[in-house]
Amino acid sequence: MLKTIGLRSVDELFAPIPAEYRLNRDLKVPRQMAESEIVDYFRQRSKENGEGYASFLGAGAYSHYRPVIIDSLISRGEFLTAYTPYQAEISQGTLQSIFEFQTMICELTGMEVANASMYDGSTAAAEAVMMAVRLTGRRSVVVARSLHPEYREVLATYATHQGMPLSVAGFGDDGRVNLAELQKLISSDTACVLIQSPNFFGTMEDVAAIAEIAHKNGAMLVVSVAEAVSLGIVEPPREADIIAMEAQSFGVPLGFGGPHCGVIATREKFVRQMPGRLVGQTVDKQGCRGFVLTLATREQHIRREKATSNICTNQALVALMVNIFMTVYGKVGLKELAKQNLAKAAYAAGQFARHGKILFSGAPRFNEFVINTQEDPQSINGRLLEHKIVGGLPLKKFYPELGNAALWCCTELATRSAIDAAVAVLAKDEGEGSEREATVEEVAR
Amino acid sequence: MKDRIRKATRHVNQNEGLIFEKSSAGKAAWKLPPLDVPEVDTSKLLGPSERQDLGNMPEVSEIEIIRHFTRLSTWNYAIDLGMYPLGSCTMKYNPRVNEAVARVEGIANGHPYQPEVISQGALQILKTLSECLIDITGMDAITMQPAAGAHGEMTGLLMVRAYHHSQGRARKKVLIPDSAHGTNPATAAMVDYSVENLKSDSRGMVDIGALEAQMNEDVAALMLTNPNTLGVFEQQIHKIADILHAKGGLLYMDGANMNALVGKVRPGDFGVDVMHLNLHKTFSTPHGGGGPGSGPVAIKKNLEPFLPTPVLITKSDGQLGFEYNRPLSVGRVRAFYGNFGMFVRALAYIQANGPDGLRQTTEDAVLNANYIRKGLEGTYELPYSTPTMHEVVFSDRLQAKKGVRTMDIAKRLIDYGFHPYTTAFPLIVPGALMIEPTESESIEEMDLFIDAMKSIAEEVQENPQTVLDAPHSTRVSRLDETAAARKPVLRWKPQA
Repeated sequence: MLKTIGLRSVDELFAPIPAEYRLNRDLKVPRQMAESEIVDYFRQRSKENGEGYASFLGAGAYSHYRPVIIDSLISRGEFLTAYTPYQAEISQGTLQSIFEFQTMICELTGMEVANASMYDGSTAAAEAVMMAVRLTGRRSVVVARSLHPEYREVLATYATHQGMPLSVAGFGDDGRVNLAELQKLISSDTACVLIQSPNFFGTMEDVAAIAEIAHKNGAMLVVSVAEAVSLGIVEPPREADIIAMEAQSFGVPLGFGGPHCGVIATREKFVRQMPGRLVGQTVDKQGCRGFVLTLATREQHIRREKATSNICTNQALVALMVNIFMTVYGKVGLKELAKQNLAKAAYAAGQFARHGKILFSGAPRFNEFVINTQEDPQSINGRLLEHKIVGGLPLKKFYPELGNAALWCCTELATRSAIDAAVAVLAKDEGEGSEREATVEEVAR
Repeated sequence: MKDRIRKATRHVNQNEGLIFEKSSAGKAAWKLPPLDVPEVDTSKLLGPSERQDLGNMPEVSEIEIIRHFTRLSTWNYAIDLGMYPLGSCTMKYNPRVNEAVARVEGIANGHPYQPEVISQGALQILKTLSECLIDITGMDAITMQPAAGAHGEMTGLLMVRAYHHSQGRARKKVLIPDSAHGTNPATAAMVDYSVENLKSDSRGMVDIGALEAQMNEDVAALMLTNPNTLGVFEQQIHKIADILHAKGGLLYMDGANMNALVGKVRPGDFGVDVMHLNLHKTFSTPHGGGGPGSGPVAIKKNLEPFLPTPVLITKSDGQLGFEYNRPLSVGRVRAFYGNFGMFVRALAYIQANGPDGLRQTTEDAVLNANYIRKGLEGTYELPYSTPTMHEVVFSDRLQAKKGVRTMDIAKRLIDYGFHPYTTAFPLIVPGALMIEPTESESIEEMDLFIDAMKSIAEEVQENPQTVLDAPHSTRVSRLDETAAARKPVLRWKPQA
């Protein structure tokens, strides 16, 4: 090949790079490894990473069963190793599957259009808010404190240089947005109200009431849905103007936090301000149905600095997992799946209630609940770990006002025996604790 | 004409409707275990929030789903089927061991909030990959949080902004060469910088005179792709950095073309202050039909205080953990820690190569691109004769005389069994054909490609209509994109 090109050595190919910048040593990276060594390396890391633990964590990343056909299908090289479907004639597989994805997201959310995906639920929420700012021509945003705290942080990052003032509406005793406070915070400059439902505590917001307050003031309502399985049994927030989803629950591995799958869905009339790729139906020269990426004039490769967003690469293969999951469970399965989640969490909350106080019980919830205990949840979790159980998320870091509260999640994968085992560990300490106290009392006497 | 096409042939191609068109009540592909806790009264628990109906969600059997998606998959082109010469996209082989290790239980199922004491495996992967990428780029620190290249650009510019703010001087604009990718100006707008265009010189490089004239204390940074989108290494890169630094500006490098540099030269050594990488380009994680990607941002020491939170640290007891309390941080750019599954794949790629393999990868990528350049020189016009690295840009000027444009040639290439190259980009070359073979291609595959391109050039002379009407062998012919945009149909609806 060098001869064909007319060069004597590979080094000549790098002649355009001034000699003083060239690297004259080996990179400091691991030595070359055989495939068997690579597999072994990651198996070892897996063992150090919670392998074999029963987990009660949710909080924006949910452990649901993943039907095996998801991985068999997405492993096909024609999906796995294809590029973005700009060349429609040889990308109809990807394009049609995205069209089906958009359709199912619309069906589930009650919206009219959905995009091909966003990075994740947090960035989808931030982009949805920016979309509302463009649509209303207003600048400020009211955010629910019951929105995922990390979503709030991401929005704050995105908002900083957009000159978007953010205010935060607190929650009431039922864990839901305090409507009176919301009413006070909303103004004629409010572009949108951003809430999550089921919210970070697993509680259903009163979407209709919040929508009324927002719309009455000319603001839009953006609803984040972080636990997609809830849509099987919970009425979607149809009053919303934009829904920003995290679809990880639909067949996407937890993967230590990513890749997950954000989506934005909205009304047809707002589509031209929507960020991200969209697939549309059309016909070819023979009149056959086909699909293409469309409305690209919203996007960066056409509009550059005037685009609706800078997003280019999205989460396509993850959206395909979501698509296959939705297809497997479908109209009946999703409902039954959601019902099992509801039943498991209801059972667990009932059991835990004997050893602590279930907070926010005044409002309906899905598969998560918050329990406040005498004992610090960090210490409870320490004891649970000895039993290979990962307990709920201590909330003190995000909500200091909630003291010893922890957020527990029970999906269909939480077995009754695991729930009972966790309750027993929790109860055991109470017993030991009171024994200890008794001993102390005896000594004192 | 057909006998010219050596790589591809027709074969039976299954038709397949939309999944909704196969649905009928009672079909199911799911089965839940028996409920081991008491059933609940959903209407009592949820009240008016209870959902009654799931609309037009499909009901289909498992074999129907398998056939549906398998049939759809056969309508796609893919790296696994052959060369994918998209310039600046770096469509290289996606090793299957990457997929295998990403699915090991503790790695696939780790929860982002599980206690750090049982997350040491994931954190070790993060740490090892971070260290590798820091050495590969020659930078001082890195954040793995951004989900893709454009997200990395945003993160990088947020740090640039925070840096200038800390210097007591907010700056207003970002310089972007006219050859840049569209995400660069779109990103600048997202962080509220105005964009100022920077012209290229006759060799396709940054015009140093123009840069000197445009650089002032309102310029926050220059966003530069190096090698640039012509595949040309900016030889005066240090001079460029000096011009920026002299006026307090920073040099941002778009790492889209890092496949030309790994193991041979490090951006940190030629004056770059902040850059992003695309793990889905340079480090072999699959494109998956458009994502997921991963866009780590590597920086020099002076930008370290501004890294997004949390930052990975080694604690006093030797355990790895996250640090959240960083007052100067730009904040979070996404929930959790980034597209971790892509980190696993990228690290496996680095391990499979080692230092020698990474260097050879770069050499082969550059060698392959120059082999194609030599093979097609003369057949297609080379608008810039400057030596190129990992990709080469031709123009359609010779073919345009017959009314055939770059997009037509690209579509004809499909009939020859190849994915098109990147068309009409960079914008500084009218009618661009941007070709990047990557290191993955053998001489045999590249010879087929060169033959195909030469054959198309002959067709343009002899029978341009064949090229204008292409593709001829795909299951759909050219699609009406105008109609799709004029009256968008973005979802299926049942027939009324």
